Amino acid sequence: MSALSLRGVEKVFNPGSDQEVRAVHGVDLSVERGEFISVIGPSGCGKSTLLRLIGDLTPPSSGTVLVNGKTPAKARLDRDYGMVFQSATLLEWRRVQANVELPLEIMGMDAAERSRQAAAMLELVQLDRFANHYPWQLSGGMQQRVAIARALVFKPSILLMDEPFGALDEMTRERMQSELLRIRAETGTTVVFVTHSIPEAVFLSTRVVIMSPRPGTITEVVDIDLPEPRSDETREDQHFFELLTGVREGLRAVEDS
Amino acid sequence: MTYRAEFLRRLYFRLPAIGIFVGGLIVWEGLVRAFDIKGFILPAPTAIATTFATETADLLTAGVGTFSTALAGLLLGGLLAVLTALAAARWRFVRDGALPFAIAANSTPIIVLAPIANSWFGLRSPFGSIFVVAILVFFPVMINLVRGLLSVDASEIELMDSYAAGRRTTLWKLQFPHSTPYLFSALKVAAALSLIGAIVKEFFGGSQERLGQYITTKAGLLQFEEAWAAIVLASLFGIALYNIVVLIERRVIPWHVSVRNA
Ligand SMILES: Nc1ncnc2c1ncn2[C@@H]1O[C@H](COP(=O)(O)OP(=O)(O)O)[C@@H](O)[C@H]1O
Ligand SMILES: [Mg+2]
Repeated sequence: MSALSLRGVEKVFNPGSDQEVRAVHGVDLSVERGEFISVIGPSGCGKSTLLRLIGDLTPPSSGTVLVNGKTPAKARLDRDYGMVFQSATLLEWRRVQANVELPLEIMGMDAAERSRQAAAMLELVQLDRFANHYPWQLSGGMQQRVAIARALVFKPSILLMDEPFGALDEMTRERMQSELLRIRAETGTTVVFVTHSIPEAVFLSTRVVIMSPRPGTITEVVDIDLPEPRSDETREDQHFFELLTGVREGLRAVEDS
Repeated sequence: MTYRAEFLRRLYFRLPAIGIFVGGLIVWEGLVRAFDIKGFILPAPTAIATTFATETADLLTAGVGTFSTALAGLLLGGLLAVLTALAAARWRFVRDGALPFAIAANSTPIIVLAPIANSWFGLRSPFGSIFVVAILVFFPVMINLVRGLLSVDASEIELMDSYAAGRRTTLWKLQFPHSTPYLFSALKVAAALSLIGAIVKEFFGGSQERLGQYITTKAGLLQFEEAWAAIVLASLFGIALYNIVVLIERRVIPWHVSVRNA
């Protein structure tokens, strides 16, 4: 059973009105367990919408989405999703530790256990020293790491990330990418990752999905056959550059059309 | 920084305000003396201060009585407002049914109920005053809190949805904490309203041992120093009540921007 299966997925906003937008059109995609899929494409091509369709934050106009063989609604109620948005969306009245504990609290885990698990997760993102800080006392990159810890703490089977590193500087971004891969190697989570950075997509992914706008559809899927585990050497690998070029050409074809 | 240095630093920043206060008193005293202004128009600060000393017991009895009434009304009105606001945030039909009336009521001068309250509760009953204050406080607190409860980011709601949190969990863990700054800014306004409500209600009758009655009676007897002493006392109690709310606010929402650097 694939982790994710999309068949003929379609999303039209405000159908029938003069503000009708065909945001996602005829999307077919199958993702195996443990894959890392990046979705890349010009802005407004429906990447976020696609992620929201998978995560049951918006219903498809037609087509089917199956997550671990279930409807997205069922998968959400089963807490199969961990989500990380473009902004960290930490709750400002909760300290870092309490923010990471939030999903466990909602799931009714007892206090001692959730404190232990949140602490372990903060260690994983190397923020254990900041457990007692408020979000506003952290930098943007640190806040985003807290958001990732919070998304992973309840061990969801699928991680949905929408341009999570978009607001970070290049160095922090690369460090976060390595950290994300390390965490994923430890947890075995399937990841769907939206980005508009080509090197980011190639470095992280097992496959890169290229989308085109109006209507948002998948034009190409590029296999990333770089050796695992990826490291800083990967970024200097000859094949890495070849893949960058491949994705760039795929994107250029989209932009020119 | 030592305690003493910190104290001096704070004093330094308060100096302009202290200067204006003291200067104002001196000018006031000087004007009254220079133009021989009569006590029924404006008594001198020194005369008011003297009255404070001679009438301490009566003034304090009246002040504490009025303050307790205002506080009881504030607590009652505030509590009812919080419960109503939570219900309005939780159930759409409560919101759609009750909110238009609340907003309408909030823009009427509710204090006009003061003379009526006597005929409902009896002239001597403290409940008349508590009732007026509670109603006065209820609407602004309720409306502000509903606004706070409903103003959470769509992305935060989606975060809760992604954890399959129920409506009640979202209300308790997201909407309510998010709305506490709104609650406190409404309570600060309500603190002042509650004393206004209590005193105005007392103007229309009730126990003699209350500031409102004390002021009208003394003014009627042309004892203006006493009336002014009561007015000053009312201001002091108003400032005290406001600051109590501010102190609680600092303890409850230390994370909020308005409190962080205070
Ligand atoms: N809630 C919505 N209502 C109406 N139109 C929307 C909504 N969300 C997205 N859209 C439209 O759908 C298209 C795709 O948006 P989005 O998925 O956010 O693109 P991307 O994430 O690739 O930049 C855009 O044209 C956008 O205006
Ligand atoms: Mg987007």
